[in-house]
Amino acid sequence: MKSFPAGGVHPPQNKLTAGHGIEKLPIPSSVVIPVSQHIGAPAEIIVQKGDIVKTGQLIAQSKGFVSTNIHSSVSGKISKIDTVIDPQGFKQPAVYIDVEGDEWLPSINRDTGIDSNVVLTADEIINRCQEAGLVGMGGASFPIHVKLKIPEGKKCDVLLINGAECEPYLTNDHRMMLEYGEEIIIGVSIMMKALKVDKAMIGIESNKPDAIEHLKKISSRFLGITVHALKVKYPQGAEKQLIKSLINREVPLGRLPIDVNTVVQNISTAYAVYEAVQKNKPLFERVVTVTGKSVKNPGNYMVRIGTSIQNLIDAAGGLPEDTGKIVVGGPMMGKALKNLSAPVVKGTSGIVLFQEIESNRVEESPCIRCGKCVSACALKLEPYLMARLVEKGLYERAEEEGVANCCECASCHYICPAGRPLLDYLRLGKQTVLRMARERAAKKQAI
Amino acid sequence: MSRLLNVSAAPHAHSNETTKKLMYGVVIALVPALLTSIYFFGYGALIVTSVSVASCLLFEFLIQKFLLKKPLSINDGSALVTGLLLAMNVPSNLPIFIIVIGALFSIGIAKMSFGGLGNNPFNPALAGRVFLLISFPAQMTTWPQPLGFATKYVDALTGETPLGAMQRGALDALPSTNDLLLGHIGGSMGEVGAIALLVGFAYMLIRKIISWHIPVSIIGTIAIFTGILWKIDPSQYADPLFHILSGGVLLGAIFMATDYVTSPMNHKAMIIYGIGIGLLTVVIRIWGAYPEGVSFAILIMNAFVPLMNRYIKIKPFGEEVKNG
Ligand code: SF4
Ligand code: SF4
Repeated sequence: MKSFPAGGVHPPQNKLTAGHGIEKLPIPSSVVIPVSQHIGAPAEIIVQKGDIVKTGQLIAQSKGFVSTNIHSSVSGKISKIDTVIDPQGFKQPAVYIDVEGDEWLPSINRDTGIDSNVVLTADEIINRCQEAGLVGMGGASFPIHVKLKIPEGKKCDVLLINGAECEPYLTNDHRMMLEYGEEIIIGVSIMMKALKVDKAMIGIESNKPDAIEHLKKISSRFLGITVHALKVKYPQGAEKQLIKSLINREVPLGRLPIDVNTVVQNISTAYAVYEAVQKNKPLFERVVTVTGKSVKNPGNYMVRIGTSIQNLIDAAGGLPEDTGKIVVGGPMMGKALKNLSAPVVKGTSGIVLFQEIESNRVEESPCIRCGKCVSACALKLEPYLMARLVEKGLYERAEEEGVANCCECASCHYICPAGRPLLDYLRLGKQTVLRMARERAAKKQAI
Repeated sequence: MSRLLNVSAAPHAHSNETTKKLMYGVVIALVPALLTSIYFFGYGALIVTSVSVASCLLFEFLIQKFLLKKPLSINDGSALVTGLLLAMNVPSNLPIFIIVIGALFSIGIAKMSFGGLGNNPFNPALAGRVFLLISFPAQMTTWPQPLGFATKYVDALTGETPLGAMQRGALDALPSTNDLLLGHIGGSMGEVGAIALLVGFAYMLIRKIISWHIPVSIIGTIAIFTGILWKIDPSQYADPLFHILSGGVLLGAIFMATDYVTSPMNHKAMIIYGIGIGLLTVVIRIWGAYPEGVSFAILIMNAFVPLMNRYIKIKPFGEEVKNG
């Protein structure tokens, strides 16, 4: 079984919803769609209060290459253009829409029949992905068309598909693979065409044998697509670790996957690519896992972007009495939610409701220099040392120790027996060091 | 909704491992060795252990409460471990006042004066032992015979340790491997009973309290080094198995050298540290003045740990591109 060699941790998996089929959440009475649901420049709103929009209609136009379009996820009337606090806690402009019916743009092919005949050319595929507002759906929300367009002078020889889903609790990708396997594999072949590669590898953690089996069967009918079981170990699905596990290449420090001739995309992204290219459907809905030990009806819900998280929680049986923390994303890298009216965005993979007793951090005590954080770091950094240097304000030393390369996977923080808030320090260190590097570069340019 | 929600930053999960659990894990791992030494040395072992543990806890408590005025942490288990290890490192007929002095040195000087758990450069129990060895050489080197509960605490029948015999060149007076394995030899409490120590080692490995790197590299180095000497001249040098099973090598390698605070952080440095301890141990044993080289070897290598942590680094992921 494939895996990355160094580091990693084994948090309890708690995949409570693995057996829950995807349910369509009824369309809410109103949605709020933020304009910045991706890495890069926010999109520019092109509608006005009072406008009538259809499902799938463009409401905010991407600005620049690293940016994406935003579409209406419902049909209805724009009630206002205002701001909203998104699930990450950032305030940003958003379009508020009151729902009336569900009338889709006629250009979208709503026939659910599988269409495996890809007629678009490579460039047309990339354009379509850009128009459809596709972003990576694993969490980072990087615009897809940027990743599919190989920069001048680089080359790609294999496409990697991330089906690891190594975050505990989350099962949305797992369900997608089981229920939309055919579409996903076609989506993969579409991306292969866009990248002009003849090889794609899908990596899935071995705790999902049914998904591995299913995709293996389907992919056997496609040339060049293989499915691989990965060892269950966090962070198996982190981009650099996945590349190491699947094709044994190490992305050099500070570089991107394309520097080792590969591109990584996520399972749900492959599905979105299929829909955009074969059905001309923009990205306006996604599957979100709603789960937690006390949740009454945990499940995987297909929801329209812009639906409030409150709505989702209601669908799952309401907020349990003992809830102490609501996390958007998984427990390792997710963000604690401040406000239940935040909308689901393109990168929202799950909502985890933690019980009060699970919510508090463990008590902090002095570092006992056990080295467990060092052994846990898949990037082979020394978290205890970087954290201590940051704590003392020694940012230059922290930079030497490589704090800027930390991928914020939280393995070190998870394992630390002294309950040291390692990741807090590492994030602060990383941000500061990156800023220092930018300032240095600016100064150099000025001279 | 007017409920207060926790909004702490990621991660939202923790391994549930705590300093306390790890320390008590070490205590559990020491139980077989403790029982063995009580079996062989009777009441003396019980008395020495209780006095050592009680005084370590007491000194930690007093210093934290009245000198440092810091929050109390005596229940984190680290003082308990120091107390047990100190007891394991002394003869089971050591007078009470000497044990108390050893505990005071271990906790007061070697641990608390550096800022307490996490900051001490030297293993507190070993520092205590070596302090006693220098201050009370006579009492620290008379070893009671292992006669079980027939071993008296006061006026016990004493004899030499196997290593003592080895150093005066009496290779034919060495005990059999069987006696070494089971602990039927003279020595400090924790030096006897190799099997009991190995059981503790296995437990700590399974619980992932320690990794194999330090103990294995110490024992491996000693085996190779003494093996070479033995091959050269078996009439002058004892065989490697004897070296490993006697004189606290196992206790040192498994329980003392692996002390978190005073050992290196990454696996590469751990192996170098282990090799250093192994080499120094043999050199001190064979050419030095003290038959038990392990304690000194560990303390010497402790001194290098800060340097090792600074300069012996593992190569970060992606540092050197090797694509295949
Ligand atoms: S895991 Fe925690 S206690 Fe152990 S060395 Fe790292 S920071 Fe220190
Ligand atoms: S958060 Fe950073 S330092 Fe910690 S384990 Fe992950 S990559 Fe390593």
